Amino acid sequence: MNYLYAAYVATWVIHGTYLAILVRKYSKIRRETESLKK
Amino acid sequence: MSFFGITRATLTKDVRLEWRSKDAINAMLFFSLLVVVIFSFSFDPTAEESRRIAGGLVWVAFLFAAIVALNQTWARELRNQVLDAYRVSPAPANALFLAKAFGNFIFVTVLEALMTPLFIVFYKLRALGPTWELLPIAALGTWALVVNGTFFAAISLRTRSREIMLPLLLFPISIPALLGMVNATTAILTGEGSARFWIALLVAYDVVFTIACLLLFETVLEAE
Amino acid sequence: MKRGFSILAIVTALLLSFALYEALIAAPTERTMGDVQRIFYYHVPSAWTAFVLFLINFVASVVFLIRRDTKADILALVTAEVGVVFCTVVLATGPIWARPVWGIWWTWDLRLTLTLVLWLIYVSYLVLRRFSASSQTPVLAAVLAIFGALDVPLVYFSIWFFRTQHPSPVIGGGGSLDPRMAHVLLINWAAFLCLAWLVCWTRYRLEVVEREVEEAQALESLLEDSR
Repeated sequence: MNYLYAAYVATWVIHGTYLAILVRKYSKIRRETESLKK
Repeated sequence: MSFFGITRATLTKDVRLEWRSKDAINAMLFFSLLVVVIFSFSFDPTAEESRRIAGGLVWVAFLFAAIVALNQTWARELRNQVLDAYRVSPAPANALFLAKAFGNFIFVTVLEALMTPLFIVFYKLRALGPTWELLPIAALGTWALVVNGTFFAAISLRTRSREIMLPLLLFPISIPALLGMVNATTAILTGEGSARFWIALLVAYDVVFTIACLLLFETVLEAE
Repeated sequence: MKRGFSILAIVTALLLSFALYEALIAAPTERTMGDVQRIFYYHVPSAWTAFVLFLINFVASVVFLIRRDTKADILALVTAEVGVVFCTVVLATGPIWARPVWGIWWTWDLRLTLTLVLWLIYVSYLVLRRFSASSQTPVLAAVLAIFGALDVPLVYFSIWFFRTQHPSPVIGGGGSLDPRMAHVLLINWAAFLCLAWLVCWTRYRLEVVEREVEEAQALESLLEDSR
Protein backbone atom coordinates (compact mmCIF):
# COMPACT_ATOMS: atom_id res chain seq x y z
CA MET A 1 0.00 0.00 0.00
CA ASN A 2 2.80 2.36 0.85
CA TYR A 3 4.19 1.80 -2.61
CA LEU A 4 0.97 3.00 -4.15
CA TYR A 5 1.07 6.30 -2.29
CA ALA A 6 4.80 6.62 -2.91
CA ALA A 7 4.17 6.40 -6.65
CA TYR A 8 1.41 8.98 -6.63
CA VAL A 9 3.37 11.32 -4.39
CA ALA A 10 6.48 10.91 -6.56
CA THR A 11 4.44 11.85 -9.61
CA TRP A 12 3.27 15.10 -8.09
CA VAL A 13 6.66 15.90 -6.60
CA ILE A 14 8.17 15.65 -10.07
CA HIS A 15 5.48 17.82 -11.65
CA GLY A 16 5.67 20.22 -8.71
CA THR A 17 9.44 20.57 -9.04
CA TYR A 18 9.14 21.50 -12.70
CA LEU A 19 6.40 24.01 -11.97
CA ALA A 20 8.52 25.49 -9.17
CA ILE A 21 11.35 25.92 -11.67
CA LEU A 22 8.96 27.72 -13.99
CA VAL A 23 7.77 29.99 -11.19
CA ARG A 24 11.36 30.89 -10.35
CA LYS A 25 12.09 31.68 -14.00
CA TYR A 26 8.97 33.79 -14.11
CA SER A 27 9.98 35.89 -11.09
CA LYS A 28 13.42 36.37 -12.58
CA ILE A 29 11.92 37.61 -15.83
CA ARG A 30 9.62 39.89 -13.86
CA ARG A 31 12.62 41.50 -12.17
CA GLU A 32 14.45 41.88 -15.43
CA THR A 33 11.55 43.55 -17.19
CA GLU A 34 11.29 45.98 -14.28
CA SER A 35 14.97 46.88 -14.53
CA LEU A 36 14.65 47.32 -18.29
CA LYS A 37 11.73 49.68 -17.94
CA LYS A 38 13.85 52.09 -15.89
CA MET B 1 35.65 17.73 -59.95
CA SER B 2 33.11 14.98 -59.56
CA PHE B 3 31.41 14.16 -56.28
CA PHE B 4 33.38 11.01 -55.64
CA GLY B 5 36.49 12.71 -56.91
CA ILE B 6 36.19 15.27 -54.14
CA THR B 7 35.44 12.58 -51.60
CA ARG B 8 38.45 10.55 -52.59
CA ALA B 9 40.74 13.57 -52.70
CA THR B 10 39.70 14.72 -49.23
CA LEU B 11 40.01 11.21 -47.88
CA THR B 12 43.49 10.70 -49.31
CA LYS B 13 44.60 14.04 -47.97
CA ASP B 14 43.32 13.18 -44.50
CA VAL B 15 44.94 9.77 -44.48
CA ARG B 16 48.23 11.20 -45.66
CA LEU B 17 48.17 13.97 -43.03
CA GLU B 18 47.34 11.52 -40.26
CA TRP B 19 50.07 9.19 -41.40
CA ARG B 20 52.63 11.99 -41.34
CA SER B 21 51.72 13.18 -37.88
CA LYS B 22 51.88 9.72 -36.35
CA ASP B 23 51.69 11.17 -32.84
CA ALA B 24 47.93 11.25 -32.79
CA ILE B 25 47.61 7.75 -34.21
CA ASN B 26 50.13 6.31 -31.78
CA ALA B 27 48.43 7.95 -28.83
CA MET B 28 45.09 6.48 -29.86
CA LEU B 29 46.54 3.04 -30.50
CA PHE B 30 48.06 3.08 -27.06
CA PHE B 31 44.77 4.25 -25.56
CA SER B 32 42.96 1.32 -27.21
CA LEU B 33 45.53 -1.06 -25.80
CA LEU B 34 45.07 0.43 -22.34
CA VAL B 35 41.31 0.00 -22.58
CA VAL B 36 41.68 -3.70 -23.34
CA VAL B 37 44.11 -4.22 -20.49
CA ILE B 38 42.01 -2.33 -17.95
CA PHE B 39 38.92 -4.33 -18.93
CA SER B 40 40.89 -7.54 -18.61
CA PHE B 41 41.94 -6.63 -15.10
CA SER B 42 38.43 -5.63 -14.15
CA PHE B 43 36.62 -8.69 -15.50
CA ASP B 44 38.35 -12.01 -15.18
CA PRO B 45 35.80 -14.62 -16.15
CA THR B 46 36.14 -18.28 -17.00
CA ALA B 47 36.23 -19.25 -20.66
CA GLU B 48 32.56 -20.21 -20.56
CA GLU B 49 31.47 -16.95 -18.95
CA SER B 50 33.76 -14.85 -21.08
CA ARG B 51 31.98 -15.92 -24.22
CA ARG B 52 28.77 -14.50 -22.81
CA ILE B 53 30.12 -11.15 -21.78
CA ALA B 54 32.89 -10.61 -24.32
CA GLY B 55 30.44 -9.25 -26.87
CA GLY B 56 29.51 -6.40 -24.57
CA LEU B 57 33.04 -5.77 -23.35
CA VAL B 58 34.55 -5.66 -26.79
CA TRP B 59 32.02 -3.24 -28.18
CA VAL B 60 32.16 -0.93 -25.18
CA ALA B 61 35.93 -0.86 -25.59
CA PHE B 62 35.54 -0.14 -29.33
CA LEU B 63 33.06 2.60 -28.48
CA PHE B 64 35.51 4.39 -26.21
CA ALA B 65 38.29 4.11 -28.76
CA ALA B 66 35.92 5.41 -31.45
CA ILE B 67 34.99 8.46 -29.35
CA VAL B 68 38.64 9.39 -29.04
CA ALA B 69 39.04 9.19 -32.82
CA LEU B 70 35.76 10.97 -33.55
CA ASN B 71 36.47 13.89 -31.28
CA GLN B 72 39.27 15.12 -33.48
CA THR B 73 37.37 14.67 -36.76
CA TRP B 74 36.91 18.32 -37.48
CA ALA B 75 39.79 19.71 -35.43
CA ARG B 76 42.04 20.38 -38.38
CA GLU B 77 39.22 21.95 -40.42
CA LEU B 78 38.34 24.18 -37.52
CA ARG B 79 41.91 25.29 -37.04
CA ASN B 80 42.39 26.26 -40.65
CA GLN B 81 38.96 27.75 -41.36
CA VAL B 82 38.36 25.12 -43.98
CA LEU B 83 34.65 24.92 -43.16
CA ASP B 84 34.10 28.52 -44.25
CA ALA B 85 35.76 27.70 -47.55
CA TYR B 86 33.44 24.74 -47.99
CA ARG B 87 30.44 26.87 -47.29
CA VAL B 88 31.20 29.25 -50.13
CA SER B 89 32.50 26.71 -52.62
CA PRO B 90 30.11 24.96 -55.00
CA ALA B 91 31.48 21.61 -53.83
CA PRO B 92 28.72 19.47 -52.33
CA ALA B 93 28.98 19.36 -48.55
CA ASN B 94 28.22 15.65 -48.59
CA ALA B 95 31.50 14.91 -50.30
CA LEU B 96 33.27 16.38 -47.31
CA PHE B 97 31.06 14.45 -44.91
CA LEU B 98 31.59 11.12 -46.65
CA ALA B 99 35.32 11.66 -46.78
CA LYS B 100 35.40 12.35 -43.06
CA ALA B 101 33.12 9.41 -42.28
CA PHE B 102 35.17 6.99 -44.40
CA GLY B 103 38.35 8.30 -42.85
CA ASN B 104 36.97 7.69 -39.38
CA PHE B 105 35.74 4.27 -40.46
CA ILE B 106 39.17 3.25 -41.65
CA PHE B 107 40.80 4.59 -38.53
CA VAL B 108 38.40 2.96 -36.06
CA THR B 109 38.68 -0.33 -37.97
CA VAL B 110 42.44 -0.17 -37.55
CA LEU B 111 41.97 0.35 -33.81
CA GLU B 112 39.55 -2.59 -33.67
CA ALA B 113 41.98 -4.78 -35.61
CA LEU B 114 44.58 -4.00 -32.99
CA MET B 115 42.33 -4.59 -30.00
CA THR B 116 40.68 -7.81 -31.17
CA PRO B 117 43.68 -10.16 -30.97
CA LEU B 118 44.40 -8.81 -27.51
CA PHE B 119 40.87 -9.53 -26.39
CA ILE B 120 41.06 -13.02 -27.86
CA VAL B 121 44.24 -13.69 -25.95
CA PHE B 122 43.21 -12.16 -22.63
CA TYR B 123 39.79 -13.76 -22.61
CA LYS B 124 40.73 -17.02 -24.33
CA LEU B 125 37.97 -16.41 -26.81
CA ARG B 126 36.86 -18.95 -29.35
CA ALA B 127 33.70 -18.54 -31.36
CA LEU B 128 31.24 -21.40 -31.25
CA GLY B 129 29.08 -20.01 -34.01
CA PRO B 130 29.87 -19.05 -37.63
CA THR B 131 32.97 -16.89 -37.14
CA TRP B 132 32.90 -15.27 -40.57
CA GLU B 133 29.67 -13.50 -39.59
CA LEU B 134 31.70 -11.39 -37.20
CA LEU B 135 33.14 -9.44 -40.12
CA PRO B 136 29.87 -7.95 -41.43
CA ILE B 137 28.83 -7.33 -37.82
CA ALA B 138 32.04 -5.41 -37.16
CA ALA B 139 31.72 -3.44 -40.37
CA LEU B 140 28.05 -2.58 -39.89
CA GLY B 141 28.51 -1.76 -36.23
CA THR B 142 31.54 0.41 -36.82
CA TRP B 143 29.80 2.29 -39.61
CA ALA B 144 26.78 2.87 -37.33
CA LEU B 145 29.03 4.51 -34.74
CA VAL B 146 31.15 6.39 -37.21
CA VAL B 147 28.44 7.85 -39.45
CA ASN B 148 26.49 9.35 -36.56
CA GLY B 149 29.67 10.18 -34.68
CA THR B 150 31.06 12.22 -37.57
CA PHE B 151 27.73 14.00 -37.90
CA PHE B 152 27.37 14.79 -34.21
CA ALA B 153 30.99 15.91 -34.07
CA ALA B 154 30.00 18.57 -36.59
CA ILE B 155 26.96 19.57 -34.50
CA SER B 156 29.11 19.82 -31.38
CA LEU B 157 31.66 22.11 -32.99
CA ARG B 158 30.31 25.30 -31.54
CA THR B 159 29.26 24.05 -28.13
CA ARG B 160 30.90 24.49 -24.78
CA SER B 161 32.59 21.29 -23.61
CA ARG B 162 32.76 20.00 -27.14
CA GLU B 163 34.52 16.77 -26.19
CA ILE B 164 31.80 15.69 -23.78
CA MET B 165 28.96 16.83 -26.03
CA LEU B 166 29.85 14.28 -28.71
CA PRO B 167 29.44 11.13 -26.57
CA LEU B 168 26.49 12.74 -24.83
CA LEU B 169 24.65 13.07 -28.13
CA LEU B 170 25.96 9.87 -29.71
CA PHE B 171 25.34 7.30 -26.98
CA PRO B 172 21.55 7.56 -26.59
CA ILE B 173 20.91 7.53 -30.34
CA SER B 174 23.29 4.60 -30.77
CA ILE B 175 21.52 2.35 -28.29
CA PRO B 176 19.69 0.20 -30.87
CA ALA B 177 22.91 -0.20 -32.84
CA LEU B 178 24.78 -1.12 -29.66
CA LEU B 179 22.16 -3.71 -28.79
CA GLY B 180 22.58 -5.05 -32.30
CA MET B 181 26.37 -5.21 -32.23
CA VAL B 182 26.62 -6.70 -28.77
CA ASN B 183 23.89 -9.30 -29.17
CA ALA B 184 25.02 -10.34 -32.63
CA THR B 185 28.58 -10.80 -31.40
CA THR B 186 27.42 -12.72 -28.33
CA ALA B 187 25.24 -14.95 -30.52
CA ILE B 188 28.25 -15.83 -32.67
CA LEU B 189 30.58 -16.37 -29.73
CA THR B 190 28.23 -18.53 -27.70
CA GLY B 191 26.75 -20.25 -30.71
CA GLU B 192 23.34 -19.81 -29.13
CA GLY B 193 20.65 -18.08 -31.10
CA SER B 194 20.97 -16.51 -34.48
CA ALA B 195 22.59 -13.19 -35.20
CA ARG B 196 20.36 -12.75 -38.25
CA PHE B 197 17.83 -10.42 -36.66
CA TRP B 198 20.54 -8.23 -35.16
CA ILE B 199 22.40 -8.02 -38.46
CA ALA B 200 19.16 -6.99 -40.16
CA LEU B 201 18.64 -4.37 -37.46
CA LEU B 202 22.15 -3.03 -37.99
CA VAL B 203 21.57 -2.83 -41.73
CA ALA B 204 18.32 -0.93 -41.16
CA TYR B 205 20.04 1.40 -38.68
CA ASP B 206 22.93 2.07 -41.05
CA VAL B 207 20.65 2.76 -44.01
CA VAL B 208 18.33 5.08 -42.08
CA PHE B 209 21.07 7.13 -40.51
CA THR B 210 23.39 7.27 -43.50
CA ILE B 211 20.53 8.75 -45.51
CA ALA B 212 19.62 11.12 -42.66
CA CYS B 213 23.22 12.31 -42.33
CA LEU B 214 23.59 12.87 -46.06
CA LEU B 215 20.30 14.78 -46.25
CA LEU B 216 20.96 16.97 -43.24
CA PHE B 217 24.71 17.58 -43.29
CA GLU B 218 24.40 20.60 -45.56
CA THR B 219 21.94 22.15 -43.08
CA VAL B 220 24.34 21.58 -40.21
CA LEU B 221 27.28 22.98 -42.15
CA GLU B 222 25.33 26.12 -43.02
CA ALA B 223 24.32 26.48 -39.39
CA GLU B 224 27.80 26.51 -37.97
CA MET C 1 -6.16 34.03 -24.69
CA LYS C 2 -6.17 34.60 -20.98
CA ARG C 3 -9.74 33.31 -20.72
CA GLY C 4 -8.87 30.16 -22.62
CA PHE C 5 -5.98 29.57 -20.28
CA SER C 6 -8.15 29.96 -17.18
CA ILE C 7 -10.77 27.62 -18.59
CA LEU C 8 -8.11 25.03 -19.36
CA ALA C 9 -6.69 25.39 -15.86
CA ILE C 10 -10.07 24.77 -14.27
CA VAL C 11 -10.87 21.84 -16.55
CA THR C 12 -7.46 20.33 -15.80
CA ALA C 13 -7.90 20.65 -12.06
CA LEU C 14 -11.35 19.09 -12.22
CA LEU C 15 -10.28 16.26 -14.51
CA LEU C 16 -7.22 15.46 -12.40
CA SER C 17 -9.28 15.31 -9.22
CA PHE C 18 -11.92 13.15 -10.82
CA ALA C 19 -9.30 10.91 -12.40
CA LEU C 20 -7.57 10.53 -9.04
CA TYR C 21 -10.83 9.49 -7.40
CA GLU C 22 -11.50 6.99 -10.15
CA ALA C 23 -8.01 5.55 -9.92
CA LEU C 24 -7.83 5.21 -6.16
CA ILE C 25 -11.42 4.43 -5.23
CA ALA C 26 -13.79 3.72 -8.09
CA ALA C 27 -11.62 1.39 -10.13
CA PRO C 28 -11.94 -2.29 -9.29
CA THR C 29 -9.11 -3.89 -7.35
CA GLU C 30 -6.90 -6.14 -9.37
CA ARG C 31 -6.97 -9.78 -8.41
CA THR C 32 -3.31 -10.75 -8.32
CA MET C 33 -1.51 -7.52 -7.48
CA GLY C 34 -4.03 -5.81 -5.26
CA ASP C 35 -4.11 -2.08 -4.75
CA VAL C 36 -0.54 -1.53 -5.90
CA GLN C 37 -1.78 -2.10 -9.41
CA ARG C 38 -3.44 1.32 -9.24
CA ILE C 39 -0.04 2.82 -9.99
CA PHE C 40 -0.87 1.69 -13.52
CA TYR C 41 -3.33 4.58 -13.84
CA TYR C 42 -0.52 7.08 -13.45
CA HIS C 43 2.32 5.12 -15.02
CA VAL C 44 0.78 4.30 -18.41
CA PRO C 45 -0.98 7.62 -19.20
CA SER C 46 2.21 9.50 -18.32
CA ALA C 47 4.08 7.38 -20.85
CA TRP C 48 1.46 7.96 -23.53
CA THR C 49 1.47 11.70 -22.82
CA ALA C 50 5.26 11.81 -23.12
CA PHE C 51 5.05 10.00 -26.48
CA VAL C 52 2.46 12.50 -27.73
CA LEU C 53 4.67 15.42 -26.64
CA PHE C 54 7.72 13.96 -28.39
CA LEU C 55 5.67 13.42 -31.53
CA ILE C 56 4.72 17.10 -31.45
CA ASN C 57 8.39 17.93 -30.93
CA PHE C 58 9.27 15.97 -34.07
CA VAL C 59 6.63 17.72 -36.17
CA ALA C 60 7.59 21.13 -34.80
CA SER C 61 11.27 20.46 -35.56
CA VAL C 62 10.51 19.48 -39.16
CA VAL C 63 8.30 22.53 -39.60
CA PHE C 64 11.04 24.70 -38.18
CA LEU C 65 13.66 23.36 -40.56
CA ILE C 66 11.41 24.01 -43.52
CA ARG C 67 9.88 27.35 -42.52
CA ARG C 68 12.39 28.66 -39.97
CA ASP C 69 9.43 29.89 -37.95
CA THR C 70 10.42 30.81 -34.38
CA LYS C 71 7.06 29.65 -33.05
CA ALA C 72 7.84 26.13 -34.21
CA ASP C 73 11.22 26.29 -32.50
CA ILE C 74 9.71 27.38 -29.19
CA LEU C 75 7.06 24.66 -29.45
CA ALA C 76 9.80 22.08 -30.01
CA LEU C 77 11.71 23.27 -26.95
CA VAL C 78 8.62 23.35 -24.77
CA THR C 79 7.34 19.89 -25.72
CA ALA C 80 10.80 18.41 -25.21
CA GLU C 81 11.02 19.83 -21.68
CA VAL C 82 7.54 18.79 -20.61
CA GLY C 83 8.02 15.43 -22.32
CA VAL C 84 11.12 14.82 -20.23
CA VAL C 85 9.14 15.66 -17.08
CA PHE C 86 6.47 13.08 -17.96
CA CYS C 87 9.18 10.56 -18.86
CA THR C 88 10.71 11.09 -15.44
CA VAL C 89 7.35 10.28 -13.89
CA VAL C 90 7.19 7.02 -15.86
CA LEU C 91 10.72 6.10 -14.80
CA ALA C 92 9.90 6.84 -11.17
CA THR C 93 6.55 5.04 -11.00
CA GLY C 94 7.78 1.99 -12.94
CA PRO C 95 10.34 0.82 -10.37
CA ILE C 96 8.02 1.74 -7.50
CA TRP C 97 5.51 -0.62 -9.06
CA ALA C 98 8.01 -3.31 -9.97
CA ARG C 99 9.46 -3.56 -6.48
CA PRO C 100 6.42 -4.84 -4.54
CA VAL C 101 5.12 -6.91 -7.45
CA TRP C 102 8.30 -8.53 -8.75
CA GLY C 103 10.77 -7.88 -5.95
CA ILE C 104 13.17 -6.05 -8.24
CA TRP C 105 13.61 -2.34 -8.88
CA TRP C 106 14.22 -2.54 -12.59
CA THR C 107 13.12 -4.73 -15.45
CA TRP C 108 13.84 -4.51 -19.16
CA ASP C 109 10.15 -4.16 -19.78
CA LEU C 110 9.45 -2.78 -23.24
CA ARG C 111 7.67 0.38 -22.17
CA LEU C 112 10.07 1.16 -19.35
CA THR C 113 13.18 0.63 -21.45
CA LEU C 114 11.80 2.58 -24.37
CA THR C 115 10.96 5.42 -21.98
CA LEU C 116 14.48 5.33 -20.58
CA VAL C 117 16.03 5.63 -24.01
CA LEU C 118 13.64 8.43 -24.97
CA TRP C 119 14.48 10.19 -21.74
CA LEU C 120 18.18 9.96 -22.60
CA ILE C 121 17.68 11.19 -26.15
CA TYR C 122 15.59 14.19 -25.17
CA VAL C 123 17.78 15.12 -22.22
CA SER C 124 20.70 15.17 -24.66
CA TYR C 125 18.54 17.41 -26.87
CA LEU C 126 18.00 19.81 -23.97
CA VAL C 127 21.71 19.74 -23.10
CA LEU C 128 22.58 20.64 -26.69
CA ARG C 129 20.22 23.60 -26.53
CA ARG C 130 21.79 24.74 -23.27
CA PHE C 131 25.42 24.25 -24.26
CA SER C 132 25.38 25.35 -27.85
CA ALA C 133 26.91 28.78 -28.22
CA SER C 134 25.90 29.24 -31.83
CA SER C 135 23.17 31.59 -33.00
CA GLN C 136 21.94 28.70 -35.09
CA THR C 137 21.20 26.48 -32.10
CA PRO C 138 17.53 26.03 -33.07
CA VAL C 139 18.57 24.55 -36.40
CA LEU C 140 21.03 22.13 -34.81
CA ALA C 141 18.50 21.16 -32.17
CA ALA C 142 15.84 20.53 -34.82
CA VAL C 143 18.23 18.25 -36.69
CA LEU C 144 18.97 16.34 -33.49
CA ALA C 145 15.24 16.01 -32.78
CA ILE C 146 14.74 14.44 -36.20
CA PHE C 147 17.54 11.97 -35.55
CA GLY C 148 15.96 11.14 -32.22
CA ALA C 149 12.56 10.56 -33.81
CA LEU C 150 14.07 8.35 -36.54
CA ASP C 151 15.71 6.32 -33.81
CA VAL C 152 12.46 5.52 -32.01
CA PRO C 153 11.21 2.64 -34.21
CA LEU C 154 14.71 1.16 -34.20
CA VAL C 155 14.83 1.37 -30.43
CA TYR C 156 11.41 -0.23 -30.21
CA PHE C 157 12.30 -3.20 -32.38
CA SER C 158 15.68 -3.76 -30.82
CA ILE C 159 14.21 -3.84 -27.31
CA TRP C 160 11.28 -6.00 -28.47
CA PHE C 161 13.58 -8.64 -29.90
CA PHE C 162 15.94 -8.39 -26.94
CA ARG C 163 13.01 -9.12 -24.66
CA THR C 164 11.91 -12.17 -26.64
CA GLN C 165 15.41 -13.54 -26.07
CA HIS C 166 15.63 -12.40 -22.45
CA PRO C 167 12.09 -12.48 -21.15
CA SER C 168 11.47 -10.31 -18.14
CA PRO C 169 8.47 -9.24 -16.09
CA VAL C 170 5.99 -7.08 -17.88
CA ILE C 171 4.93 -4.04 -15.96
CA GLY C 172 1.34 -3.29 -16.70
CA GLY C 173 -0.11 -6.74 -17.23
CA GLY C 174 0.27 -8.15 -20.69
CA GLY C 175 -3.18 -9.60 -20.97
CA SER C 176 -6.50 -8.03 -21.88
CA LEU C 177 -7.86 -5.22 -19.84
CA ASP C 178 -11.06 -5.15 -17.83
CA PRO C 179 -13.25 -2.50 -19.54
CA ARG C 180 -13.79 -0.68 -16.26
CA MET C 181 -10.03 -0.36 -15.87
CA ALA C 182 -9.66 0.80 -19.46
CA HIS C 183 -12.24 3.47 -18.70
CA VAL C 184 -10.27 4.78 -15.71
CA LEU C 185 -7.07 4.60 -17.72
CA LEU C 186 -8.51 6.80 -20.44
CA ILE C 187 -9.86 9.33 -17.94
CA ASN C 188 -6.43 9.66 -16.40
CA TRP C 189 -4.89 10.01 -19.82
CA ALA C 190 -7.27 12.81 -20.70
CA ALA C 191 -6.42 14.53 -17.42
CA PHE C 192 -2.68 14.26 -18.04
CA LEU C 193 -3.02 15.51 -21.59
CA CYS C 194 -4.81 18.59 -20.27
CA LEU C 195 -2.08 19.05 -17.68
CA ALA C 196 0.56 18.74 -20.38
CA TRP C 197 -1.25 21.29 -22.52
CA LEU C 198 -1.54 23.68 -19.59
CA VAL C 199 2.13 23.39 -18.63
CA CYS C 200 3.29 23.67 -22.24
CA TRP C 201 1.19 26.78 -22.71
CA THR C 202 2.72 28.33 -19.59
CA ARG C 203 6.26 27.41 -20.63
CA TYR C 204 5.62 28.70 -24.14
CA ARG C 205 4.55 32.12 -22.89
CA LEU C 206 7.50 32.20 -20.52
CA GLU C 207 9.93 31.42 -23.36
CA VAL C 208 8.47 34.12 -25.58
CA VAL C 209 8.94 36.71 -22.83
CA GLU C 210 12.44 35.45 -22.01
CA ARG C 211 13.51 35.84 -25.62
CA GLU C 212 12.05 39.33 -25.85
CA VAL C 213 13.86 40.36 -22.67
CA GLU C 214 17.11 38.89 -23.97
CA GLU C 215 16.77 40.87 -27.17
CA ALA C 216 15.98 44.04 -25.27
CA GLN C 217 18.97 43.52 -23.01
CA ALA C 218 21.25 42.94 -25.97
CA LEU C 219 19.95 46.07 -27.62
CA GLU C 220 20.44 48.06 -24.45
CA SER C 221 24.05 46.97 -24.03
CA LEU C 222 24.68 47.81 -27.68
CA LEU C 223 23.31 51.30 -27.18
CA GLU C 224 25.35 51.78 -24.02
CA ASP C 225 28.53 50.71 -25.78
CA SER C 226 28.00 53.15 -28.58
CA ARG C 227 27.69 56.11 -26.25
